[in-house]
Amino acid sequence: MEALIAIVIGVLTACGVYLSLRGRTFPMVLGLTMMSYAVNLFLFVMGRLTIGAPPIIREGASYADPLPQALVLTAIVISFGMTAFVVILALRARAELGNDHVDGEEYPR
Amino acid sequence: MNHLVIAPLLLPLLAGTILLLLRSSDTPIRRGISILATLVLVGISLALLLHVAEHGVQVYQLGNWNAPFGIVLVADQLATIMVLITSVLAAGVVLYAVRGSDHSGRYFHILFQMQLFGLNGAFLTGDLFNLFVFFEVLLIASYGLLLHGGGRKRTRAGLHYVVLNLVGSTLFLFAVGTLYGVLGTLNMADLAQRMSAVPPEDLGVVRAAGLLLFGVFALKAALAPLHLWLPGAYGHTSAPVAAMFAIMTKVGAYSILRIHSLMFGPDAGPLAGLLDSWLLPLALLTVVAGTFGVLASRRLAEQAAYLVIVSAGTLLTAFGLGGAEAFAAGLYYLAHTTFAAAALFLMAGVLSNARGATEDRLTAGPALPKAQLLGGVFLVIALAVSGMPPFSGFIGKWLILQSSLDVPDMPWVLGVLLVTSLLGIMALARSGSRLFFKVDENAQAIGQTSVADLGAPIGLAIVGIGLVVYAGPVYQFAQVTADQLVQPGGYLSAVLQAAAVGGAQ
Repeated sequence: MEALIAIVIGVLTACGVYLSLRGRTFPMVLGLTMMSYAVNLFLFVMGRLTIGAPPIIREGASYADPLPQALVLTAIVISFGMTAFVVILALRARAELGNDHVDGEEYPR
Repeated sequence: MNHLVIAPLLLPLLAGTILLLLRSSDTPIRRGISILATLVLVGISLALLLHVAEHGVQVYQLGNWNAPFGIVLVADQLATIMVLITSVLAAGVVLYAVRGSDHSGRYFHILFQMQLFGLNGAFLTGDLFNLFVFFEVLLIASYGLLLHGGGRKRTRAGLHYVVLNLVGSTLFLFAVGTLYGVLGTLNMADLAQRMSAVPPEDLGVVRAAGLLLFGVFALKAALAPLHLWLPGAYGHTSAPVAAMFAIMTKVGAYSILRIHSLMFGPDAGPLAGLLDSWLLPLALLTVVAGTFGVLASRRLAEQAAYLVIVSAGTLLTAFGLGGAEAFAAGLYYLAHTTFAAAALFLMAGVLSNARGATEDRLTAGPALPKAQLLGGVFLVIALAVSGMPPFSGFIGKWLILQSSLDVPDMPWVLGVLLVTSLLGIMALARSGSRLFFKVDENAQAIGQTSVADLGAPIGLAIVGIGLVVYAGPVYQFAQVTADQLVQPGGYLSAVLQAAAVGGAQ
């Protein structure tokens, strides 16, 4: 299970880095989103993977670490808001600069 | 618990919320609330500073939960000095903005107060994840402020700024997650205590997380090679926003100083001095790279932006030298450079208005009305920025150079700082002569100047002169602060013992 999660996070991050280095705003936004998914998953599993245990400490019973769950909720909300902002900004840049290149100008191929 | 600690957070948050509710009311009402809130914030920051100087580190437990488990705000001398610098700067900026530049959009004052909320929170928090949250608060407010007023160049520079900072936030979370996964805590004092007991097999992971954090803060502080976003963003935004952003690179520098002295300080065992081999060379590289930009700039605001990079490099040079003396010198320089850079940005805004279509381009423009007054203020600010006596920049740089004398890298520090200072003086002298002495007879002076516009830059320059007049007490305070940083025992025991006291109440 740990290996599978690690591979998933790695692949998501790699795709995110590749896409966010593209020259157009839309792939770049997708890349940023994928990176934020990767980091959310990463934060979540930092409390270790536990199955069937409640996030409450009780005598003798096993429990799941509740703190990463709280952290990941905060991180999801923030990254969601930031993604919405960057989408609007990209649309505005497309309207004002006349193209969707991140530098605002087309380069000759 | 002393509620004064949380007041610098609550006041801007409250003022911002009230402004949001009153967003469709008359402009004078909104301006009045914003000015009032900012001025009261100066008073509160000063009161907090004096209280902390007298009674030592103050800890505020949110929700009265004990320190390693609950989130704490920690007001030590470093944090309160940063809060005071921020609020004095904000007072100058808001007094300039109400002269008209807040009119290009409806939400200037709301975003401005939220920016103050984020800044003060970032300085006062004692929790690493909380620091991330306040970074996001101040960043999203800064995105709005940066784009305020709109325009093609502003949008393009804004897009780069936002995307780079989003990537930075992602890396910040990776670092925070790694540290929590290995050490099981996010409280900075608790993290510092556990650093020395990291098992050998986890050292590499913690080291990677620490350097990742350093990378993120270096991006905010505009440390080379992560400084390339700054000239576009600062050079193309409106004057008051650029002036307020003079403190933004200092947030990065503050965070670097905090983790450098607290988490990776001398007590951190095998992790001690993790940043030592990176900080000084990169800081000197930043100074050099920034100086090339200063020499090549074609607009005054762009030149001021490159001067911000130079000052960030100089500041981190002081922090990179290490030791109480260098930290104290750096803190004095930090106060000076924030006000001086902000005054220069505001001056660029005043000149840009006065020169009409020529704006702040460093070419011959129309003959300026009140040229002697404008030129005189520019001269004082430029002398302060470039570090000429008798102004505060000279004292700051002199203290940094003096603290480098015992360090093996002394020739590099002296050489780089002295040569770049000379080049900076030359560049600013050239700018001044182009702005004031070369007159294009054909250009029409359609711009307007009012003496009241000059109030804020003059005020910030006077604060800088105050730093010279009271250099003795200010430097003494900086020395006490630096001693606290070098020996973080007081900070650690205040945070972790407040747990015991708070639990008993």
